[in-house]
Amino acid sequence: MDFLGILATSLTSAIGPVAAIYALAIIGLNMHFGYTGLLNFGQVGFMLVGAYGVGISVGTFGLPLSVGVGAGILCGLLLALLLGIPTLRLRADYLAICTIAVAEGLRFVYRAPFARDFTGGVFGRQNLSEGFRELNPFPPGRYGFGDITFSSPHLWTMVVTWSLVLVASLVMWSLIHSPWGRVIKGLREDEDAVRSLGKNVFAYKLQSLAVGGVFGALAGVMIALHQASITPDQFRPQVTFYLWAMLLLGGAGRVLGPVIGSVVMWFLLTFTDEMMRAMDQMGWLPFVSGGELGAVRHALVGLILVLLIIYRPQGLVGDRREMLVNVK
Amino acid sequence: MSSEPTQLGGAGGAAQGGIAEVSPHPGVAKPDPILVADGLRRSFGGLTAVDVERLQVQRGTITALIGPNGAGKSTLFNVLTGFDRVDTGSWTFEGGRLNGLAGHQVARRGMVRTFQLTKALTRLTVMENMLLAAPGQSGERLLGSFLRWSWARQEDSNRERAEALLERFRLAHMRDEIAGSLSGGQRKLLEMARALMVRPSMVMLDEPMAGVNPVLVESLLEHISALRDEGTTVLFVEHDMDVIMGISDWIVVLAEGRVIAEGRPEDIRSDQVVIDAYLGAHHDEAGRGSGDEAAEGIEEAR
Repeated sequence: MDFLGILATSLTSAIGPVAAIYALAIIGLNMHFGYTGLLNFGQVGFMLVGAYGVGISVGTFGLPLSVGVGAGILCGLLLALLLGIPTLRLRADYLAICTIAVAEGLRFVYRAPFARDFTGGVFGRQNLSEGFRELNPFPPGRYGFGDITFSSPHLWTMVVTWSLVLVASLVMWSLIHSPWGRVIKGLREDEDAVRSLGKNVFAYKLQSLAVGGVFGALAGVMIALHQASITPDQFRPQVTFYLWAMLLLGGAGRVLGPVIGSVVMWFLLTFTDEMMRAMDQMGWLPFVSGGELGAVRHALVGLILVLLIIYRPQGLVGDRREMLVNVK
Repeated sequence: MSSEPTQLGGAGGAAQGGIAEVSPHPGVAKPDPILVADGLRRSFGGLTAVDVERLQVQRGTITALIGPNGAGKSTLFNVLTGFDRVDTGSWTFEGGRLNGLAGHQVARRGMVRTFQLTKALTRLTVMENMLLAAPGQSGERLLGSFLRWSWARQEDSNRERAEALLERFRLAHMRDEIAGSLSGGQRKLLEMARALMVRPSMVMLDEPMAGVNPVLVESLLEHISALRDEGTTVLFVEHDMDVIMGISDWIVVLAEGRVIAEGRPEDIRSDQVVIDAYLGAHHDEAGRGSGDEAAEGIEEAR
C-alpha cells in the first residue's frame, strides 16, 4: 500500500480549490448559526443564486466576468432580504423549515423547463470561466512540492478563493469584535432580552442573514469560475448538510472554525476513500467492494462526526467553557 | 417570619410628590403621572386577560402590582412594554403615546423591563452584558462597526459607567466571567444593573425576588429603594407580601384583569375587596398555594 501517496492525495484535497470554496460558504453559515443562532438549512440556496449570477450573465447574455461576479453577490443579497423579511419574525425552528424549502424550491425553479432560456434548465450553463482564466498569471504546468501538486488553473482558483477566505475571515473578526457583533451574539442567547434593551432585533437578524448570504453567494460564484460549468442538481440539500458538518467539526462561533472544519473534513473524506480503495485492491475487505465503498466511507465519516460530537462538542477550536453553559 | 423588611422602604410616601394625599380608589388620577393607561383590553380567545379601565403611575415612586395567579399582571406588563399587542386602549409614557410601538422602541423611550425568568445572556461575559445595553452606540451599526476609531471613545465611557454599576451591584469581581457562571441571584442583580445601562426613567421589574435567597432579597430591596431615591420610577410585580408592604409607595391590585383596588400599603392592608380577591378565589384550597400565603401575609401585615 502506498501510504505516502494516499496521504499526499488527501492533503491535496484538504488545501485544494473545493475546500476553499466550502470554507467560504461555511463562513457565511457561521455568521448565521455560530454567532446569531439562526438555523439556516438552506445555505446551498445562496451558493446556487451566486453561481447562477455568473451563469446567467456570462453564459446566457455574454456579459463580462465582473458583471457576473457583481450579479452573483447581488442575488445573494436579494435572496437574504426576500427570505428574511417574511421568516425572521418566526421562531427559530420555523426559519429552519423555510430555509430548506426555499433552497430546494430555488433548485427546482432554476432547472424548470420554463426557465430554460435563462438558466439552461437541467443542463445548466457552460463556458463560464474564460474571463477568469484570462486573468490567470501562472503559466501552464504543475505547481507544488513532492506529491502535492496543482495544475495552473487550480492554483489560480486556490489563490483567489483562499484570499477571499482570508478577507472574509478578517471581516468576520472585525464584525464580531465590535458593538455590532456583541448585539449579534446577544441574539444567539436571548432575543427578548436584547429587545428589552432597546435593540431592533429584526434589523440585526436581517443584517446577519445578508452578510452570511453574501459569503454563500461568493462561494457559488467561485464554483462557477472553478468548474466553468454549472448544473442545478449539484446544489442539492446535502451540500448544506456537509457545510453544517464541517462547521460543527471546526467549531461554530469561532472565526477559524470554518477554515479548519473544511480542511480537516476534506482530508478525512479523501483519506478514508483512498485507504478503502487501497485495501480493497489488496483484498483486505471481505464484505464490500467497488461501488459499495462510497457508502461505507460516508458511514465512517459519520462515525467520526458522532464521536466528535460526544467527546468534543465544541468542535476542534471551540471553547469548552461556552459549551458547558446551559443555554435554556 | 421576621418583620424586618417592613422597615426597609419605610414611609417614603410623604416625599413622593404628594402621593400621600391621593385618595385610594381604583383608577384614581395622580398629581404627576409618568405612565397613563386608558381602556386597555387584551383577550386571548374568550379569555380577557387584561381589562384595565384606567391606571396611572406616579413619577418617582415604587409602585407594586399584585394579584392572585392569573390576574393578568404579566400580560399587563407585556402590553405596557410593547412585548404584546392590545385589542383596544391607549397608554402614554412621559406624555408620548406608546400604542403600536415595538418592545425595543419602548425601551428607547426610557421604559426598560426585566423578566420573571432571568434572561442573562449566558455566553457573553458580565461586562459584555452591560456594554450591550448602552444606548446609541455608533459601533452597533453594520458599517459603522468597521470604523474602530469612531466608536472607541464611546466604548471607553460606556465601560466606565458599566464598571461603576457593577461595583454598586457587587458584581465587579465577576466582570470577565461568562454570565452563565453566575448564580441565580447574581443573574437577577446583573439584569437590574444591565437595565440601568439603558438610562431608563422607569424600570419595570417582573418578580425581581422570585427564587432569590433571603439575604439577597434584602440587598435587592436596597437597590430598588436606591433607584427610587435617585428619581427613577419603579413598577414591579411581586408575590411576597412582606416585601411589598415594606417597600412600596403605592400598590395596585389586579384580579381577573381588572384593577380592583389601589392605594398606600396601609389602605390595601385593610381593604376588604383585596382580602376577598386573595381568599375568595382560592378558599376551598386554602391549605396550599399562593392564596394561602397571601392571606397569611395580609394577616401578618395587619
